[in-house]
Amino acid sequence: MDKNILTVENVSKEFDTKDGSILAIENINFDVKEGEIISIVGTSGCGKSTLLNIIAGLEDKTSGNIIFDSLEPRISYMLQNDALLPWKTVYENAILGLELLKIKDENSVEKTKKMIMEYGLADFIDKKPVSLSGGMKQRVALIRSLAINPDLLLLDEPFSALDYYTRLTISEDVLNLIKKSGKSAIIITHDIQEALSLGDRVVVLSSRPSVVKNIYDVNLSGLTILEKRKSQVFMDLYEKIWRDLDDEI
Amino acid sequence: MMKYKLKVVSTQIIIIIVLLTLWEYGAKTGIINSFIFSSPSKIISTLVSLVDTGEIFVHLGVTLGEVLLSFTLGILIAFILSVVMYESKFLADILDPFLTVLNSLPKVALGPIIIIWVGANTNAIITMALMINVIISIITIYTGFMHTDPLKVKLFKSFKASKRQILCKLVIPANISTIMSSLKINISLTLIGS
Repeated sequence: MDKNILTVENVSKEFDTKDGSILAIENINFDVKEGEIISIVGTSGCGKSTLLNIIAGLEDKTSGNIIFDSLEPRISYMLQNDALLPWKTVYENAILGLELLKIKDENSVEKTKKMIMEYGLADFIDKKPVSLSGGMKQRVALIRSLAINPDLLLLDEPFSALDYYTRLTISEDVLNLIKKSGKSAIIITHDIQEALSLGDRVVVLSSRPSVVKNIYDVNLSGLTILEKRKSQVFMDLYEKIWRDLDDEI
Repeated sequence: MMKYKLKVVSTQIIIIIVLLTLWEYGAKTGIINSFIFSSPSKIISTLVSLVDTGEIFVHLGVTLGEVLLSFTLGILIAFILSVVMYESKFLADILDPFLTVLNSLPKVALGPIIIIWVGANTNAIITMALMINVIISIITIYTGFMHTDPLKVKLFKSFKASKRQILCKLVIPANISTIMSSLKINISLTLIGS
């Protein structure tokens, strides 16, 4: 887990408004290693989504560098809701990225079908999203993201639309699936517990203009989310991050 | 559910019968001017005589043809223009005030001008129908296109989808219900125009 998949170097973003320019994020620096999950926490409106959009290439940065290990990195984005297309079946939704990127072949289709089976959606493969529960929809969204075999997975508060219990269950599932796939991921959230449960490292952002306040190593791999939450390391880190964010409100 | 539906339909039928009865009564007693407003019995007798002579079918055929042609042309023009406006923000910004002004014009009042312009024939009827149905259809379809779920658009962009892919695989399928309701509005407006 030593090779850097992504290096974010002095990235800043300014927005032009009627009242002049607003600095949203300022000199952000961090890296993502192969197979690593980075959680980014910050208060609402601090620029977490903007940072993710810049990494995904959906927004331009004002200055700084986004350096990927590969020349043409393949990035998957998992959004605040499942964003499944209601007129397509589970299978058709799962292969959407493959079709749009024009990389659909027999092998990728087989792999996607295998994921659908493995993730407990075999009986729903030809069903429309309307017949799925919230957790199942998130699983389809994750399969859609993983199907394109991404170098980096970006998750923008992917569980925010779910109820508390489903959120805990599905976040455990998603964590296991990402770890099993060996993919690197960046998850943004405003929930400290979620950030600590999912991330190998947690990047704490200040309020606007957003700077990196601290980066914490979590070192709790191998434990379930429930076991993590009960551990002393988790509680100590929770308190530290809480204090970091409390200063910002 | 069936019982409820039956209740709704029978109430609607009763309302129609009451209105027709009142109309007939008003025309017979002189409360309303039957020369201007006619009466249900007169309409039925005229209809019967037109059916007898076969004349009604000629008129129905011509009107139906005009409606179908105007409806098809209207929805095609509206759909193509909505797509073009969605693809080009520049063109959409230019057309926006013109569409608003054209939509507020009393098109039926322009009837005499249209007749002078294209002649007192089928062309005038089709032009009138198009003037009535195209603008509102463009506004409805284009607004639907522009209100496509931004999260889904973002998802497509994250998969490096081209503008055409976004249009064909997301925007149009996501707006089928908008297009269908536009068709419903379009057919009634076409009937007014025809």
